[in-house]
Amino acid sequence: MTDSRETILAVRNLKVSFSTPDGTVEAVKGIDLDVKAGETLAVVGESGSGKSQTMMGIMGLLAGNGTVTGSAKYRGQELVGLPLKALNHVRGEKITMIFQEPMTSLDPLYTIGRQIAEPIVHHRGGTFKQARTRVLELLELVGIPEPKRRIDSYPHELSGGQRQRVMIAMALANDPDILIADEPTTALDVTIQAQILDLLNSLQAKFGMAVVLITHDLGIVRHFASRVAVMRRGEVVETGATADIFERPQADYTRMLLAAEPRGRKEPPANTAPIVLEGANVAVDYATGGGLFGGSAGVFRAVDGVSIRLKQGQTIGIVGESGSGKSTLGRALLRLIPSSGRYQFGATNISDFSRSAMRPLRRQLQLVFQDPYGSLSPRQTVGEIVTEGLYVHEPQLSRAERDKRAIEALKEVGLDPAARNRYPHEFSGGQRQRIAIARAIILKPKVVILDEPTSALDRSVQGQVIDLLRALQKANGLSYIFISHDLSVIKAMSDYVVVMKNGRIVEEGDTDAIFEAPRESYTQTLMSAAFTA
Amino acid sequence: MISFVLRRLASAVPTLFIVVTISFFLMRFAPGGPFNLERPLPPQTMANLMATYHLDQPLWNQYLTYISNAVTGDFGPSYIYKDNTVAELIGKGLPYSIQLGSYALLLALSGGVLAGTLAALRQNSFLDFLIMSVSTVGVTVPNFVVGPVLTLIFAVTLAWLPAGSWGDGSLRFLILPMIALALPQLAVFARLTRGSMIEALHTDHIRTARAYGLPSRVVVVTHAMRAAMLPVVSYLAPAAAALLTGSAVVETIFTVPGVGRYFVLGAINRDYTLVMGTVVLIAIFVIVFNLLVDILYGLLDPRVRHD
Repeated sequence: MTDSRETILAVRNLKVSFSTPDGTVEAVKGIDLDVKAGETLAVVGESGSGKSQTMMGIMGLLAGNGTVTGSAKYRGQELVGLPLKALNHVRGEKITMIFQEPMTSLDPLYTIGRQIAEPIVHHRGGTFKQARTRVLELLELVGIPEPKRRIDSYPHELSGGQRQRVMIAMALANDPDILIADEPTTALDVTIQAQILDLLNSLQAKFGMAVVLITHDLGIVRHFASRVAVMRRGEVVETGATADIFERPQADYTRMLLAAEPRGRKEPPANTAPIVLEGANVAVDYATGGGLFGGSAGVFRAVDGVSIRLKQGQTIGIVGESGSGKSTLGRALLRLIPSSGRYQFGATNISDFSRSAMRPLRRQLQLVFQDPYGSLSPRQTVGEIVTEGLYVHEPQLSRAERDKRAIEALKEVGLDPAARNRYPHEFSGGQRQRIAIARAIILKPKVVILDEPTSALDRSVQGQVIDLLRALQKANGLSYIFISHDLSVIKAMSDYVVVMKNGRIVEEGDTDAIFEAPRESYTQTLMSAAFTA
Repeated sequence: MISFVLRRLASAVPTLFIVVTISFFLMRFAPGGPFNLERPLPPQTMANLMATYHLDQPLWNQYLTYISNAVTGDFGPSYIYKDNTVAELIGKGLPYSIQLGSYALLLALSGGVLAGTLAALRQNSFLDFLIMSVSTVGVTVPNFVVGPVLTLIFAVTLAWLPAGSWGDGSLRFLILPMIALALPQLAVFARLTRGSMIEALHTDHIRTARAYGLPSRVVVVTHAMRAAMLPVVSYLAPAAAALLTGSAVVETIFTVPGVGRYFVLGAINRDYTLVMGTVVLIAIFVIVFNLLVDILYGLLDPRVRHD
């Protein structure tokens, strides 16, 4: 069926390269792609696969050091090498784009109404005043509440999801032929993701434009794309109808990607397992505003009366969207931030422990962060990073003993012990996260709080890190609190799930129960957004 | 908005007070005094002078007197220009300094922004290199060199313009001092604009504007330029305060009857009241321009709008 459609964008032998101080880097190595009228083509790949740069190259949006060669014909018109003036008749009118970062893709200094009107005025003529009716119509179309009031809002007055809707309104303004959506939902919460994708879907049905969906998320691909092109390291490894790709993947890489969806489940610990960490009625307040001559100060309650009990060997998954208080709760449980409530670590009541009183306990209470790039000091060797905690908690160790422990820890997380003498920037994201885990487990902790440890990683690497965390838990009897917005990862990692929203627990229970039969409507929304997206 | 302005003006009072206090005591702790001349005065004359100007009283007493007089607008008599009060001297000179300074500010701002934008749009080109080299020279070469060189070329050799004096106040007389005054600030504006413009051109929303086929002129002027002006506007306050309160060097070289000279002359001669007067003047200018710039900033950037 799709084959009978006309090809409106034909990409042939497209190459994108960047000249860097270390020589020329080929980001896209001569790919062929066809976009047919009205279809949804998903371009899938992990970071660095060249999927975004392909589209940037076609649209003339490469960074200053980038060059594009080859051919990309839009309805017979060659876009590669097209003079800027002629290209500007295509982009924004025939082919439009929305981007990954709704927070920064709009100019913060102009109202959204003006920004949506800009492409209309420039491509169709007329004044901004005349375009206003059309802008209101578009805002209505993309589901912005109260368009008449919102049209004069500035981007910072809108949420991320609303800003992405504004981008979509802009993309639709001139009835485009092709809409390129570059990771349109990656920066958004799951429930918002689902709404944005539904919106794109219904708008496509209404207006019949082709959509090129650039994404790393196979869940999105399965439900929204009619055809898929899988990219890896600047090449297209496989192209086909969505159903074929998912059921009969031909390329090894595609199979690997599909298998990388987190799998497995965790058995709950025995009922008799002792409780290792408990927080009762945890509340955390943040001061907002205020200042010497500022307005009146307010208080924002980030965590509001949450109670949690972590058993030996248990993994509690804490799910929630951004702003739900899940990370704050993790830090409060470790007594890293001022908070109220009752806290118990093993048999010790640590509610009133000062910073110095907490210090000896810290080795048993470790934390692993989301961002493996920001959380490792770039000026320390991996060996120094991993052994730093030993200086504090086991100062009696000799240099040789510390080194031996570092070797053990690195081996345990699946890294070559020779990594000790290298620096973090020499490692990939997944390897860095292993280093961060080694830094935590070298102290032989009892409890590890994992704050979105896999969120910055590609799917295939995520799977490996999850396997590693599970193996470490089994070997060392660790208890985890696993914080994530990603339900499929939570499902694979934890035996008990806590769903948070606005600083409170919405629902909690055994993983199977929560996933099979969620009671609360918020949980149900989360589930359907994550698994049917 | 009004409450923002009022709050800021209220916070200016303690700022001024601190500035006045620190300068008062710094001045007094500096060795020497207004009447220590090369040929010492007879002790009796000295004592009389000290008594006339109340300099024989305890320091904290003098301080309290100064503060209470200053609040009423009385900044005392100048010790050097004995027939004038400080307020008169500043009142006479300030219009000249402000006129020259405004021209210089206009030149520095427009020239700097233009040069910086051109450099940013042609980043790493010969033009960029040229503009940045010239602006480095502008910052590093002091105006007591620039002033005489300009005079030598345009007044002496080419005889196009007068070499100095205010004359009838027409533009002919102001061009050279204006350039000498503006050049260092122009260079700073050029560098600031170039940096922020390059940054602005790499933002995501500029990519959006390009992706939507907006003409380069619109991309640069409407979107990049406005964002790039934010740091430039921030620098506007200190620059304006510095230019409008005059420059001792430029006013001396071109014999401009402004207030810039008073600060240096007053400091050298330990003319306590004159120095204090100019300090208060500069402080007020800095405070007022910071306020104006904050309001302007709010107009440019809706995220920091004061309501």
